Amino acid sequence: MNEFVKPTIEYAELSPLLVVFAVACVGVLVEAFAPRSVRYLTQTVLAAAGLVAALAATIWVGTGLDVLETAGGDEVARGLIGAMGTIAVDGPTVFLWGLTLVFAILSVLLFAERRLEGGVSAFAGQAAALPGTDAEREASTRGLEHTEVYPLMMFAVGGMMLFPAANDLLTMFVALEVLSLPLYLLCGLARRRRLLSQEAAMKYFLLGAFSSGFFLYGVALVYGYAGSMEFADINEAVRNDVNNQGLLLTGMGLLAVGLLFKVGAAPFQSWMPDVYQGAPTPVTAFMAAGTKVAAFGALARLLYVAFGSDRWSWQPMLWIVAILTMVVGAVLALTQTDIKRLLAYSSIAHTGFLLTGVLGLQARGDLALGQITSLQAVLFYLATYGFATLGAFAVVTMVRDSAGEATALSRWAGLGKEAPVVAGVFAFFLLAMAGIPLTSGFVGKWTVFAAALSADAWPVVVVAILSSIVAAFFYVRVIVLMYFSDPVGEGPTVTNPSVLTATAVAVCAGVTLLLGVLPGPLLDLAAQAGEFIR
Amino acid sequence: MNDYPWLTTLIVVPLVGALVTGFLPRVPGGDLAKKVGLGFAALTLLLAAAAATQYSPGAELQLTEERDWIEPLGVHYALGVDGLGLLMVLLTAVLVPFVLLASWRDTDEPAAGGVRQGSANAFVAWALALEALSIAVFTATDVFLFYVVFEATLIPAYFLIGGFGRSGRSRAAVKFLVYQLAGGLIMLGSVIGLYVVSARQGTPTYLLTELAALDLDGTTGRWLFVGFFIAFAIKAPMFPVHTWLADTTEKATPGTSVLLVCILDKIGTFGMLRFCLGLFPEASQWATPAVVILALISIVYGALVAIGQDDVLRLIGLTSLSHFGFIVLGIFVFSSNGGSGSILYMVNHGIGTAALFLVAGFLMRRTGTSRISEMGGLEKVTPVLAGMMLVAGLAAAGLPGLAPFVSEMLVIISAFDYAWWAGGVAVTGIVLAAVYILWMYQRTMTGPTTLPAVEGMVDLDRREVGAVAPLLLALVLFGFFPMPLLDVINPYVEDTLVDVGISEDSPTVKTPAYLEAGLR
Repeated sequence: MNEFVKPTIEYAELSPLLVVFAVACVGVLVEAFAPRSVRYLTQTVLAAAGLVAALAATIWVGTGLDVLETAGGDEVARGLIGAMGTIAVDGPTVFLWGLTLVFAILSVLLFAERRLEGGVSAFAGQAAALPGTDAEREASTRGLEHTEVYPLMMFAVGGMMLFPAANDLLTMFVALEVLSLPLYLLCGLARRRRLLSQEAAMKYFLLGAFSSGFFLYGVALVYGYAGSMEFADINEAVRNDVNNQGLLLTGMGLLAVGLLFKVGAAPFQSWMPDVYQGAPTPVTAFMAAGTKVAAFGALARLLYVAFGSDRWSWQPMLWIVAILTMVVGAVLALTQTDIKRLLAYSSIAHTGFLLTGVLGLQARGDLALGQITSLQAVLFYLATYGFATLGAFAVVTMVRDSAGEATALSRWAGLGKEAPVVAGVFAFFLLAMAGIPLTSGFVGKWTVFAAALSADAWPVVVVAILSSIVAAFFYVRVIVLMYFSDPVGEGPTVTNPSVLTATAVAVCAGVTLLLGVLPGPLLDLAAQAGEFIR
Repeated sequence: MNDYPWLTTLIVVPLVGALVTGFLPRVPGGDLAKKVGLGFAALTLLLAAAAATQYSPGAELQLTEERDWIEPLGVHYALGVDGLGLLMVLLTAVLVPFVLLASWRDTDEPAAGGVRQGSANAFVAWALALEALSIAVFTATDVFLFYVVFEATLIPAYFLIGGFGRSGRSRAAVKFLVYQLAGGLIMLGSVIGLYVVSARQGTPTYLLTELAALDLDGTTGRWLFVGFFIAFAIKAPMFPVHTWLADTTEKATPGTSVLLVCILDKIGTFGMLRFCLGLFPEASQWATPAVVILALISIVYGALVAIGQDDVLRLIGLTSLSHFGFIVLGIFVFSSNGGSGSILYMVNHGIGTAALFLVAGFLMRRTGTSRISEMGGLEKVTPVLAGMMLVAGLAAAGLPGLAPFVSEMLVIISAFDYAWWAGGVAVTGIVLAAVYILWMYQRTMTGPTTLPAVEGMVDLDRREVGAVAPLLLALVLFGFFPMPLLDVINPYVEDTLVDVGISEDSPTVKTPAYLEAGLR
């Protein structure tokens, strides 16, 4: 037996992760010991401050990454593999951490919003009280609210940060669970339409657990093939070992199922509309932006680093999944009558576009100097998509009627006359998602298509363009509804939000415009992030 | 003054005008926004004229500006005009003030039972925004920049169609937008393809001057050509992707239709010349037979369908389908006559059809209907209106002495050079044009009056005359003296044909003998 070796931990490089997890634990203690009256303030400030601190740490880590070079002096990647080979802190990791943290900060603003519901948050007063019972009414009249959502969210953020940084299969699995479990809970905590919300949480949990099972089985098979959990060793095995291809392919497929479920790719997309619709809208916003970033980071790292040498095996699979995802997302969105479901299907279509970028992986030598790499394209697209989606869901929280949020599309008719600014901002987010020039979505779409096209994946790009046309139609339909239809009945109203939601919307709209007009700096940043460390 | 950024100024001024008028206080029935907007449009026209004086006839790009924009993508903010671009910029700058003037009352509160219109501020602001973006499209010399502004023009166009005009306009607006977006996205594929090809041949770039040096022949070039061509064919429009046109012109206000058909649609044919021929000469020749046939179908089909229309705005819209067929035909027969004729036609069609649309708008304002069958005998009541309608109509029908005749002749001659059957079919377009124009005139202006509204109907006032008369004068002027225009056009056409001619060495392409003959 080996001696027990004390693990070496790179505390400085891992500080953003540690800060987030520490704040999450402190948040739990606050729930246990602080009186109810001060919890809201304590928790929101704690969460926001923790995330900002983690963001600052991320920037600090990012500026000080070591540069790894080949013998010839070419820069290969930046960063290090820490925590005994389990966590890779490299350029893409830092980029994704930054992105996740920014989205989390914006989400905290949405979580903390209390003016829209008339003084309480969007979360259930007492989750344990059955819907429609006296206990629920009592919780409601006493103005109870669950401030546990903040520590839960912080754990989810921690998981989201660990997920794309995981450098071996087990860490990746742990991260997957850490990010998912709090989200399952958060989904069931809606104050209004609680049955729908609980159903969503149940569905998400069952299907999520199912997909985790697939992932774990894949981990076992790949371990059986490579004899190691670490990505670098798996890569080595893939290069050298030509036996047991069946084991490798099956394992790879099962791992992909787990990850593709998380990103919401067809045919594993069926949970998304229900969950996006049922979850409290701030949670939907957080989940849509954050999970996508984390899961695509993890998917890209797994495919590029562990299975990069065997990309001829997984690229065809991704071709099919990407095509299927885009078509399913765009076509099914056409028939939706609920704005949150519509955005969910739009999110599925965007998953397809992101996969288009992922499958554009090419060897370094195949690219011209300064040409967009697929990783750069994916990182950039994640940023554009996240801000637009978060902003759009934030607007959804503001459009209300007496029963809470008015998510039925028909209730949005005539919003342009009722609230020109809100409708204008929402239309702008929709145009960004449709990929109209001068919005971030256009540049994002351009980069992923360019990456795929240079990898000769033109059939995927053709399908992507066709689904973009279909997608444009349903985005435009909503704009028409808002501007050129007359309101039905009493019409929708826009509740004035507090400065929190307003800030989140303004930031998202500002970034979406900025990235559309001047995408250069962020593209450079994504290029600087470079490759995954191996 | 040579380094002065003329073209940027030309884009910024109407854009500022759009913002100013958009945020002016909305007074129902107030004229302030319209006056301010007209002022900005007039200023743009003056600046465009001033910029034109800085231009010396020649084939090369002039008044160029170039700055890096998105370096990682090889994108520049690059502007410049050649003869073609300059004429299109001038056409845009000329038409917009007249449109604003002619649309002065279009945003008024409608009579009882009428359709509610958007505010005057919004109309003026969107029109000026459209002007700014159109000028940007015609001057962009970076493919990415071109694409961005090309798509951006859809937003003001969409709101102009959707916010003003007759009932059913929001449906028409969506149809317009979806068609255009589809074309745009198909072009996006080709735009990205250009990036990939240029990256493979060195450094990724979007600058037109650098792209022209690339080798874009072969299968890849053909696919990229097809992507560009489909987008431009939808824009132009050409058969069979024209169906948005008639719906849009029917539902939108005549002023909007002028902006769409006379300015925006020119982007289609402009793009064919600048991008399809300019970047893919080999693929353009490869596609010629198919394009010529589609153009001929457009000419005849557009005219035939126009004859059958009962809605005057639909009719005028469909005549444009026929006219764009002529323009595309002239472009793709590859001769100096055809090229010069086409570009001249783009200018003349812009002026002539604008006059026709605006006069039809005045007509509808008086009769309260757009149905030709419900009108009649108006030439006795409103002689000035009838006279202007006749001149504008005859111009569209290609009467000698009016500007479109010259360009039509040039195109038809070149079509006969290309193939006897092409010329033969094209000529029928002229005959049919006489039918639809004269028949429309006969049914609306002559005969007994049947309209109840004829009592107290007044002829055109000074504003309305002022909005159309200069256009008609220009038609007469260029009908007799097209040379000033041709002096600007010819160097550009010769240059383009030389570009296309370079690929003639390839043995697979038949060398057109008329090419040399035409150039001499």
